[in-house]
Amino acid sequence: MAFLLRKQWALYSVTPLYKFSYANMKEYSRHLSAFVAAEKQKGLAMVVGIDLSIKVIFSTLLGLKGTDRDQAAILVQIASKTQTISGKEEEKVVWSGWFCCVFGDELLENVPEDFICLPLFLANGAETYTAIIGTWFQKTFDCCFSRLTISPLNLAWMAAMWTGYKVDSHAVATELIFSVPCIPQRLDISYAIHPEDAQALWDTVQNTQGEVTQEEVDLFMDCLYSHFHRHFKIHLSATRLVKVSTSIASVHSDGNLKILQSKYLIGVLMLLTELAILQIQ
Amino acid sequence: MQRQQRFESQRAKMSVVRPFDKLPVLNSAAILLVGTDEDLQRQLAQTILKEKKDFKISIHLATSLPLPAERDHIRPRIDLIVFMINVQSKYGFKNIEASLAHVDANFFLGKVCFLVTGVGRVNHCSVDMSAVRKLGDVYCSPLVFCELELEGIRISTAQRLLRMLQICAGHVPGVSALFFSSLMRSSNDE
Repeated sequence: MAFLLRKQWALYSVTPLYKFSYANMKEYSRHLSAFVAAEKQKGLAMVVGIDLSIKVIFSTLLGLKGTDRDQAAILVQIASKTQTISGKEEEKVVWSGWFCCVFGDELLENVPEDFICLPLFLANGAETYTAIIGTWFQKTFDCCFSRLTISPLNLAWMAAMWTGYKVDSHAVATELIFSVPCIPQRLDISYAIHPEDAQALWDTVQNTQGEVTQEEVDLFMDCLYSHFHRHFKIHLSATRLVKVSTSIASVHSDGNLKILQSKYLIGVLMLLTELAILQIQ
Repeated sequence: MQRQQRFESQRAKMSVVRPFDKLPVLNSAAILLVGTDEDLQRQLAQTILKEKKDFKISIHLATSLPLPAERDHIRPRIDLIVFMINVQSKYGFKNIEASLAHVDANFFLGKVCFLVTGVGRVNHCSVDMSAVRKLGDVYCSPLVFCELELEGIRISTAQRLLRMLQICAGHVPGVSALFFSSLMRSSNDE
């Protein structure tokens, strides 16, 4: 699971996959390898004998589920063989993507039988590979990929919830980035809060354990805004929140995620699964 | 909510906008636009002025209430107040919530309307939609959703507001502002 951490993931929402079978993953690997090789060779002069040595590996990721009704997460990796200086052949992963569904079952109850629901897709690596993999999945399983964008409201939720998670070591400052629409050039304001202060503020705001309400999130953000206003006379509530960084994870409104701690991975994925499902519906 | 407004209005008589404290002027009406997005306000005001109408109209723009007390004696009677809520700005929303306290309770019998803009860009929404809907419910006033940056929608919104203004100013015989409550009844209420 460590390879999921500290990497920049692009977020997508995926509609249910039609007739995907976990048993046929070897076959899918072969088909997709051939497809990727063919796509990469498009436009190049065909030279016989060159082995592009691109391999696609399908596997399941265990432990990335919320309940038993969630489907098992699928990992797709593109590995390419390169020659090292000593003459040995080395396989290196150049692109990874994974589908998952965490606590998504109550929202996907009405899905008919032949469909597998894995609404959240995360990709790391070259954009060209993401496009090729996406095209193959869309052709083979009749699904639809779209970039998962996150509104400032939802980013505020993530800021509040992730601040609440207790972190033992390397607590990083909570950083919020706001975009101010200015002509001619856009202005970005970065607001960094000491992690212990942020956590203390959230603890005073939050009432019931395990439950977070919109009022608590609003109050948390309002306290941060009024503190900023008192010092700089700028109303952050008139700007747009675009990025949230905490010790747990950092996420950008365009749909880019970086997970920093594995301890609360399920919580992070649960929120994102919910957003992906909302985007599909 | 309404009792609190009455108490506050008694304490600061000059700072509350009242619907019936001045005499109406013959064949004219006044509309008050309240909102923090000044460019959009101005554009909407210009579009309203360009529309064909057979009565004199005066448009007042404000970023928040209360209106300055010094000019109160030259201000005509306000027939319709339009609060412009931009869901992309939480600051603007809070401003409007605070301004609502400076409006006399009698205005909320059809002479107030909420114009909600910015809903089209889902990723820029900083205000929760259920909070906006709750505002419409609590103050018994209709919510009109529109994207004022598009000229066609701006023109049709201006026409709609003009029609509402005519009714609120009493220019349409047999129809009063109280009928606007039927705009808010949804099929769930049956």
